[in-house]
Amino acid sequence: MRSRIHRALFGLVAAVIAVQQVTAYTGSEYYLTQLTMSAYYSLVIVGLCLLMGYAGQISLGHAGFFAIGGYISAFLTTHDLSPLKDSGIVSFLSKAGLLSQRTDLYGGRLLTVQPWAACIVAILATVVIAYIVGGPVLRLKGHYLAMATLGFGTIIYRIAIGTTALGAADGLSDVPPFRLLPFLEVSGEMSDRVQNYYIAWGLVILAVLFSLNIIHSRIGRALRSIHGAEDAANAMGIDTARYKLNTFVLSAVFASVAGVFLTHYNGGIGPSEASIMKSVRYVAIVAVGGMANLWGALVMGTLLNFLSLRGYLGTYDDAVFGGILIIIMLFVPQGLLHVDVFRGLRGLVLRRPNEKET
Amino acid sequence: MQLLEVKGIGKRFGGLQAVNGVSFGVRGGTVKALIGPNGAGKTTLFNLISGFLTPDNGTILFHNHPVQGLRPFEIAAKGMARTFQHIRLFPEMTSLENVMIGRHIHGKSGFLSAMLDLPRTRREDRDAREKALELMDFLGIAGLAGHEATSLSYGQQRLVELARGLACEPALLLLDEPAAGLNMRETAEMAFLISRIRDRGVTILIVEHDMSLVMNISDEIIVLNYGEKIADDVPLAIQKNEDVIRIYLGGDGDA
Amino acid sequence: MNFDLFFQYIVAGITYGTIYAVVAIGFNIIYNATGIINFAQGEFVMLGGMTAVTLLRYLPLPAAVLAAMIITMLVGGLIEILFIRWLYKPSVLRMIIITIGLSILIRETALHIWGEGVKALPYFTGTSVSSIKLGGVFISPQVLWVVGISAVMVALLNIFFSYTITGRQMRACSVNRDAARLCGINAKNMVTLSFMLSAAIGALGGCIVSPITYVQYDSGTPLAIKGFTVAILGGLGNSVAAVAAGLVLGILESFSIWVMPAAYKDVISISILLLILFVRPSGLFGSKEAADLKEF
Repeated sequence: MRSRIHRALFGLVAAVIAVQQVTAYTGSEYYLTQLTMSAYYSLVIVGLCLLMGYAGQISLGHAGFFAIGGYISAFLTTHDLSPLKDSGIVSFLSKAGLLSQRTDLYGGRLLTVQPWAACIVAILATVVIAYIVGGPVLRLKGHYLAMATLGFGTIIYRIAIGTTALGAADGLSDVPPFRLLPFLEVSGEMSDRVQNYYIAWGLVILAVLFSLNIIHSRIGRALRSIHGAEDAANAMGIDTARYKLNTFVLSAVFASVAGVFLTHYNGGIGPSEASIMKSVRYVAIVAVGGMANLWGALVMGTLLNFLSLRGYLGTYDDAVFGGILIIIMLFVPQGLLHVDVFRGLRGLVLRRPNEKET
Repeated sequence: MQLLEVKGIGKRFGGLQAVNGVSFGVRGGTVKALIGPNGAGKTTLFNLISGFLTPDNGTILFHNHPVQGLRPFEIAAKGMARTFQHIRLFPEMTSLENVMIGRHIHGKSGFLSAMLDLPRTRREDRDAREKALELMDFLGIAGLAGHEATSLSYGQQRLVELARGLACEPALLLLDEPAAGLNMRETAEMAFLISRIRDRGVTILIVEHDMSLVMNISDEIIVLNYGEKIADDVPLAIQKNEDVIRIYLGGDGDA
Repeated sequence: MNFDLFFQYIVAGITYGTIYAVVAIGFNIIYNATGIINFAQGEFVMLGGMTAVTLLRYLPLPAAVLAAMIITMLVGGLIEILFIRWLYKPSVLRMIIITIGLSILIRETALHIWGEGVKALPYFTGTSVSSIKLGGVFISPQVLWVVGISAVMVALLNIFFSYTITGRQMRACSVNRDAARLCGINAKNMVTLSFMLSAAIGALGGCIVSPITYVQYDSGTPLAIKGFTVAILGGLGNSVAAVAAGLVLGILESFSIWVMPAAYKDVISISILLLILFVRPSGLFGSKEAADLKEF
């Protein structure tokens, strides 16, 4: 099992490198921008897949976590603290090296929080919010769970669009680059395009590795058992509520990290990132990939987001996602890339009984 | 010594007193059977003991500690495993994985450790796999390890569920009608396996309709009727007990 | 706060609350017949309002409203026949996703037909500035139309479900579908009917409220969430309680402007939804035991 995980991951790494090489050779490096953005959205999707497919809990509010990450880091890295320079807290933060001086577009001097510090605050805030919301929400089932998460997403959206400090309908812009390491920077600069592609996909690969490790561990078995027969899982000593909550928080963190990075990459974030439609898209992609199929979700996430970001779907962008949801749920509720579909196809081609792995 | 002690336990559903002031004990290392006509409250009693229901009154002592009102997973972690009347295996998982879930309470590695695939997680995983295979071998189903559990025959599924319960290494194993749906040969095998499990030192409380199985393997038998205890004795005495005979002969005869 | 302003808040609360109740009743009708929460319920309201505005170019107002109701009703029926009727025991998750997909499709279709513009029917009587003196205060006549038509509708629904054969058959299906089928009731047709009824009610709601609240291609989702809040508040499936709950939520929301900026109005009502779901999912008026019996 472990060697299979590593082989699959190696395949993913190879594919990521190959795509970059192809774009370099064919001079179509402009695709990398959308591929980078797709990667960040795929990060959300990997987390959601873990939650929906393996823990069996729907979330119609994951764009909310993305927005929490994005908005917190955008706010902290753009909010000018110079008027408060002499206050105790600000001077303390400044001494601790958590603040940075920079000049804005118009030459004004800004004193803002360091991206690293902002990122950590954003993630911690996400963890806290996810625990507070997830605790009671995950006790709900079916329609109630769906509506509660939808409600959570709407609250975040309304706060984002209704708060002047967060730029209201315009969102926040002029977010500075995020220097991860002295030679590695998350930014939308043309010259950084290749390294940003690798940063983004590096994160996705890491998330996939973490997720696969979980799925194939004691925790993963426990999660899948909750999904299959919650009573029996309980009788085996599995604290189902705790594992659901942990998965919820982990998937929220994936979404939040994606929000932080994409905001630095784009140089800003707007309320549309928090909209219900975004959350529904994430769910749609996980459903299309086959709920409990990380690879399917990843492939579909990259493909559909790429098409959408390139504008191939035109004004029918949202309609395409709505249509996909309906068609998949009507005809292949298992998902397009579910193992059974493949097995069926393989069976058709090979005419051999399915082998079961140990 | 009493491993399990139930004292004056009761449960009411709306207007129905499903279990009414039942008391009994299960000595360590024995097999105790719980019998009674349909609707006597056997499964309710099981659910009360294993934490799926909360009793309205009474106490349940397990290892001399009260466990009533605890949630099922907390009771399981204290060393009480159970099977279900209607088999509940985990779909889309192999039978080996199903049995490995039984090892859950013996693992300690958490979310973070699993995520990072730390050595401890790997070691626990290996141990769980070995133990699960050993138990499946003990029950004669090692050959089914790689098969999807829910695709197996009914009898095989019963055994996988039994293996999963044993994998918890429980002090007390609750078996809810383990022979239901089995043919005569399978039932005889089940009786044999249950006594071998007892020989491994596992105490067993069993609900069963098959009288020959119950009389064969039980050290003691409790009879329930309409939620109340009618008798609690050794099999020979139960067979002669007039109340019991009246219930079974005068009842709907489903035994 | 003087009495006049206080009263204006109450009136605004009642107006919005009535609409929330109408959406909640739509939820309840389908829920009772199928056990499904139709996430596209808000879209019926939008569709009704939009269609009526367009039809008004060719028809007088009452005819336009009636035609909009019929068209939306047919859309509702068509949706059920195309997307729901033939599914065999679909899981809850599957139904949630399908109805969400439908709501997106309806919304996007509306966007392509009517664009992003904000539309409204004219005031049924008078204009936006005319008012009626009631006691010591002035209120807009449209508010009376909203409350009056909704009240008539609730009354008619009650009569329908209590005294007509079809209404009784629908109720029978919601109590025990298999038993109803054994009595010769076509349960599937009852489900289609519930979608049609629910769509028509939503459309009527959209028409009567559009002069006050306006309607836009994407005004369905917020209404659906509020309507659901009200449905839960009243206890899922209980339409009379939904009216009371609608008024409570509408008035609460209206007064929330006192303590928070208007932009956060939705935050208040959704927080109420979350709070109720956490604390008392059976609703304020529903019984806890009944809620436990429902399958989720």
